[in-house]
This record gives sequence, structure tokens and C-alpha cells, in this order.
Amino acid sequence: MLNKDRKTNIGSRISVSRKLKDGLATLLAFAAVLLVLLPLGAIFFQLVSRGFSSINWAFLTQTPRPVGEAGGGMGNAIVGSGMILAIASMLGVPVGIGAGVYLSEYGGGRFAQIIRFAADVLNGVPSIVIGIVAYALVVLRQKHFSALAGGVALAIMMIPTITRATEEMLLLVPHSVREAALGLGIARWRTTLSITLPTARAGIITGIMLAFARVAGETAPLLFTAFGNQFWNRNINQPTAALPLQIFTYAISPFDEWHRQAWAGALVLITLIVSTVAIVRFVLGRRLVRGTN
Amino acid sequence: MQRPNRLQFATKEGIGPNLPAVGGATPRSKEAIIWRKLRSNFGDGLFHMAVFGCALAVIAILSLIILQLYLNSRLSLHAFGWKFLTTSVWDPVNSEFGALPLIYGTLVSSAVALVLAVPLGLGVAVFITEMCPQWLTGALSFTTELLAAIPSVIYGLWAIFVLVPILRLQVEPWLARHFQWTGLFSGPAYGIGMLAGGVILAIMIVPIISSITREVLAAVPRNQREAVLALGATRWEMIRTGVLRNARAGILGAIILGLGRALGETMAVTMVIGNRAEIAKSLFAPGYTMASVIANEFSEASGDLYLNALVEVALVLFIVTIIVNALARLLVWTVTHGVGARVHAQ
Repeated sequence: MLNKDRKTNIGSRISVSRKLKDGLATLLAFAAVLLVLLPLGAIFFQLVSRGFSSINWAFLTQTPRPVGEAGGGMGNAIVGSGMILAIASMLGVPVGIGAGVYLSEYGGGRFAQIIRFAADVLNGVPSIVIGIVAYALVVLRQKHFSALAGGVALAIMMIPTITRATEEMLLLVPHSVREAALGLGIARWRTTLSITLPTARAGIITGIMLAFARVAGETAPLLFTAFGNQFWNRNINQPTAALPLQIFTYAISPFDEWHRQAWAGALVLITLIVSTVAIVRFVLGRRLVRGTN
Repeated sequence: MQRPNRLQFATKEGIGPNLPAVGGATPRSKEAIIWRKLRSNFGDGLFHMAVFGCALAVIAILSLIILQLYLNSRLSLHAFGWKFLTTSVWDPVNSEFGALPLIYGTLVSSAVALVLAVPLGLGVAVFITEMCPQWLTGALSFTTELLAAIPSVIYGLWAIFVLVPILRLQVEPWLARHFQWTGLFSGPAYGIGMLAGGVILAIMIVPIISSITREVLAAVPRNQREAVLALGATRWEMIRTGVLRNARAGILGAIILGLGRALGETMAVTMVIGNRAEIAKSLFAPGYTMASVIANEFSEASGDLYLNALVEVALVLFIVTIIVNALARLLVWTVTHGVGARVHAQ
């Protein structure tokens, strides 16, 4: 299209082969976009078409039934996931925010540089490796699988993301805001807690929710930490069911009824994650830091 | 609304109590000033220590990971030494552990993924940054972000029930008919196998490659594009010479970051790769990766040597991903940071 306009200006100086190449490149790039959107569309379509019919009140509130018995659900897995994620957030969020505050408010030196590097490395560690470490740290000591171990594994995964997001957002807060507070005679720690952090609140919450969405679907680190459970469990020191684990178990089983439930569970999980991401993007994402754009 | 309130609150707390003391000039007031200073110093020190502790925790966790991986794989490290990486028998029953088939499976499935994902990822990135009409940019970038937010286990579920049948019934027979001479596409087409693992990995790493590439392309200064266009280049020539060439190192970094993700990806691959520790040339044959052997066998492993061997696999995987990621970050940094600095200097 651009070429057409140009043709009138520069006449025939652009040769046919160059124009063809230009068109071909645009076409190929567009084809790449379509090819990437195809599986995305297919996945969401299949999730809804195969999962929706199996979602009902029983599915959301009951425990799994033995093979061959129809009905039952993933209620315990949904609650278990909530438990594990709550533990992970309680452990991971404060540490992540604290480390982020250190990097932005005190982080000029070489040590801070090392921490930034460590956080990036930690971010790239495969989740299954973190599962093994949580197993060695918690399960071996407790002598049994537990929700706590799963929570520790997910917390380790949340920390680097939250750290870097917090740092990034705090650095966006204008320096004059801090100086104004300090100029009023407010202690530095008080300035950070009452002025700087609240100013960047929306951005930091965004980072936390993205970290949350990322670990909510993690399966690999829970395989030998939370382990899974067929029954209700409210004790954080006992093996606990989790939604991704249950989907995995059901998906690789040979039973049709379990496959149906796996699709339904996947639909519940993806709804949770996509709505988190969408909330972040459309509600909080507008203005990450007050007073800036 | 909230900020002024907090300021007032802080003012009362911080300066308020001090005011009468300044007027009074009694010994007590001096004490009060010192006391306040001490208290604020104490608060500052405490706060500094607390956030420093959090920062230290990041390093502590990383060290703990390395330490635990080493401690829990000692038996296997001593028993097999370097042979662990070069022998190809993985036989838990006879306590023989050679990780070569797992390393092979990891590398080959990641290579297949890269071959498929790199052109797609670059195409998407180029389209969104250079060709896309403005109104579509936001929607497209959100959609590719969404692709990155889908959990691995859901990709696996979809792969088992949708992708594998398509591969078995359509793609693999076609490949066998036309490309059997390469030796890569021979043998029975089960659907499940190395090819399925590679394809699902490709779908999973496209968003990473395209989003980092977009970041890198956006960092290429505008005047580079304008200069090339001013010389009469077509849009594609502008992209090729003005943008892609300038962003080479960063694009390579994006690809390597995608590789890092592919190497460590566990669930989706485990569900479709077939889980057999053998080295076969054909991509139709079942394989095994380092991550999936851990996922499958760790909770059922009996015997200390078996467990240690699995942790050693994790150690190898950890070291490889760290090297790959560090390299990638360095490459991305040379483009985005270097260019950023140049722009600011102007």
C-alpha cells in the first residue's frame, strides 16, 4: 500500500523485484502472526467446548470419585491450590518487595548489582529444579509431602519477579517526591513506607499479580512437594491437592471421564489466570505510578 | 486524596512533638531532640537492615539451590563421575545411570522448537513493531502476552488430545512420504514422540522470543529507520538494513532466552514426548528430556543412588540454563542498554 503512494512520487525507480520482495516480507510476517494466533485460538476454543459442559456445582465442590463412578469434582484441588498460593504469597511477597525496596532506595553499589544478577538467574531456573530444592529443604525435613513445601517452592519462584517489578516501579517515582518528604523532617524509612511505596502502589500490585498468575498454573514444582491428595485437607503439613496437579494426573490417565474433568479443571484454571492478567492490564495497568504517565 | 493525608499524619508524628521543646529550651528538650534523632536513626537502621535482609535472601536462595543440588547428588557424582554425561544406559533396576539420552532428548526437542519458533517469533515481532496499523498493536501484543500466560500443563493437555492426533494422522504421514530420505522422519508415526515435544515447545517459546525481540527492535533509534527510508528504500529494505541489522545481538539474545525456557520446560513436554530414554535419529521416535525424567521418576525413585542420579540431572540442567540465560541477558543488554545510552547522550 505504501508502495502505491510512493510510485506516484518516485515513478518507476523502485524495481518490480524490490517491490515484490517488500510485499512478500509483509505477507510472511502477517502469516507468522496468523500461525501464532492459530494455536491460541484453538486452545481457548477447545477449553471452552470440551470443558464447559463438565463444570457444575458438584465439580466445584466435591472430591474426586474412584474410577468408573461418574460425578465427583475438583473442589479439594481448588481449595488446595488456594492454600498453596496463599502460603507462597505470604512468604514471597514481603521478601520480594523488601528486596525491591533495597535495590531502588539503597542499591547504588556493587552488592546491589550482584543481587540484580542473582534475581535474574533465579528467574531463569527451571521450575522442576526449584521443586527438587523445596523437596530437599522441606519434605526431607518434615518426612512427608505438604502444602507448606509446595508453597515454599512457589514462593521461591515469585520472589525474583516481584523484586525486579518493585525496583522498576520505585525508580519511576520522581526524586522530588522523596525530597519533599525528607525536607519536612520525616525519617528516611518513614518516607519510603508512607510516601514512596504508596506512590508506586498500582505498579507494585501489578507486578505481584503477574507473579501470582505465573505460579498459579505451575505444576512441576508441586509434583513432589504438595504431591496431591484425593481428599479434603486443611492442614498445611499434609499432602495437598492442587488444580494443575489434578489436571496433569487426569490428562495422562486412560479414562474418558477423567479426561472430561481435566478439560473442565483446565478451563477453571485458565479463567483464574486470564482474569488476573486482564485485571492487571485494564484496571491497574493505566497508571503504574501516581503523578507520572 | 490519600497522599496529602499521609503527609499530614507524618508531619504530626515527626515534627509535631518537637515544636514545644524548641520553644522551651529546657534540658529536657535537648534530650527530646537527641532522643528523636536516635529514634529516627534507629528506625532508619532497622529498616535498612530489614530490606537488606530481604535482598540477601535472594542470594541466599540461589546459594541454597546450588548447595542442595550438590549435597543431594554427591552419591551419583562420586559413583559415575564424568561418565554420567557420556554413557547412554538409564536403567534404574540395575542402578546404572547415564544421562546422555536425556541430554540428547533435551537438546533435540529444543532444537526442533527453535527451528519452528524463531521465524515465527521474529515475524510476529517485526509485524507488530514495523508493519502493524496502530489500532491493532495493543490487541496483538495483549494476545501474544496471553499465550505466555497459559500454564504448561494446559499446553500439555491440549497437545495430548488435539496436537498429537493431528500429527499422527496428517503431519507425520506427509513428512514420511516426502522427507523420509533425510532419516529424520522414519519409523511408525505414533504422534507422541520427539516431534510432538518440539512442536509444543515451539508454541510455548514464540511469545518469549517475540516479546524480547519487540523490546530490542523498539530500542533501535528512529533516525536509523528514517535515514534508510530517505535513501529510497522499500519498507522491507528499511527493516532489513536499518532495524534488524542494528538489533542483531539483541535478537540473538531473545532467541537464546527462548532456548533457556525450552531447555527447562517440563510438563507439556513430559506429556507428549513418550518418555523413553533412548537415542533415535528419527523425530517420530519417543524420547526423554532431563526435566521430564525428574518429573516422572523423582517421587517414585527408590534407593539413594537413584534419587542422587535424578538430582544430578537437575544439577546439569541448572548449570546449562544459567549459562544460557546469562549469555542471553548479556546480548540483550548490549542492544537495549547501549542504544539507550547513546540516545540519552544526544
